[in-house]
Amino acid sequence: MHHLNRLSYLALFFLVFFMIPQISFAIGKEAPLVAEDPIIEARMLKISEDLRCLVCQNESIADSRADFSNDLRREIREQIKANKTDEEILEFMVERYGDFVLYDPPLKATTFFLWFGPLILLVIGSITLMLVLKRRRVQVEEAPELSESERKQAEALMDQEEAGNMKASASLDRAEVKTEEVASDTENKPKKKASSVKNKGNKE
Amino acid sequence: MMRFMLPLVAFLAMAIFLFAGLSLNPRQVPSPLIDKPAPEFTMQQLHNPELQLASKDNLGKVWLLNVWASWCVACRDEHPLLVQVANAGIVPVYGLNYKDERDTAIQWLRQFGDPYTVSVVDPEGRVGIDYGVYGVPETYVIDKQGIIRHKQIGPVTVKSLQETILPLVKELQGQS
Repeated sequence: MHHLNRLSYLALFFLVFFMIPQISFAIGKEAPLVAEDPIIEARMLKISEDLRCLVCQNESIADSRADFSNDLRREIREQIKANKTDEEILEFMVERYGDFVLYDPPLKATTFFLWFGPLILLVIGSITLMLVLKRRRVQVEEAPELSESERKQAEALMDQEEAGNMKASASLDRAEVKTEEVASDTENKPKKKASSVKNKGNKE
Repeated sequence: MMRFMLPLVAFLAMAIFLFAGLSLNPRQVPSPLIDKPAPEFTMQQLHNPELQLASKDNLGKVWLLNVWASWCVACRDEHPLLVQVANAGIVPVYGLNYKDERDTAIQWLRQFGDPYTVSVVDPEGRVGIDYGVYGVPETYVIDKQGIIRHKQIGPVTVKSLQETILPLVKELQGQS
């Protein structure tokens, strides 16, 4: 008797447990009807992908579950059934909500900078760069000829510098050999070697 | 000097534009219906379902069309202002009860006051689509020729009433 009781409790528990979703389904909104005609539905989805949901703004009418989008999808469906073309439907939306409703805004006076702003900036940037480079070349060409004494002075400076560099690069070479030895134990040896060769090339 | 000034000026100009862009409200989508004829409708009245109101009936007078719903919280903010405007007899306010239940809507008006000369019902939001409604509340100023002159998106405030809506109404009322 006791045993049976426990079993029936268990049964009751499962019954309630599995009933809850059913009950909440009944209370919650009925699932919206899927349009009877899949062709209309596909066309509606295609059109609504290009339309912005004005409530959520970063979602298309096709993606959005906002009430606003539901209404507009219904509207599009009805207009498709009324044999309107895609263009007519989009025009209908623009008449009411403005160009902002389109994800692909049309080219006109007010959207000129939207379309061509980046291009204009690119052109301005290129012209500026060209002018700067041209001016620099003129500056290089206009560099004054050195007099004999200045040339000697410069050579002396260069010699000094070279001697200094030789010392520095010699010590660097030694350091590189060391790293190469270390690298040979590890897997990324080829990479290290390549970079050290490149470094050497740069210095010479 | 010029070398530094030019990029600096360019940078400042850009910064000012971008900063101004930050303060724009992306929810304020300018309506393409401004200065266009208000979409025509003939709709059932809220309080007298057997009666209808046509937008044409309002030709010859300046009127406000306020889109409202009992489920709309922001409507409660603007509602006392609309009641004031209506009681002062400045301009008739018509209500478009948007996607609402008739009983709750009537109950709501009883509770908060009824500023509307007439409220019409748009349970499925169809006229709302014609007017480009995408949020509630919205308020339209419509002139004597039935042209939409202004659209207030979001609740009417003291500021928007005093600075925009009422001066405009007065101006429009002065026109023949």
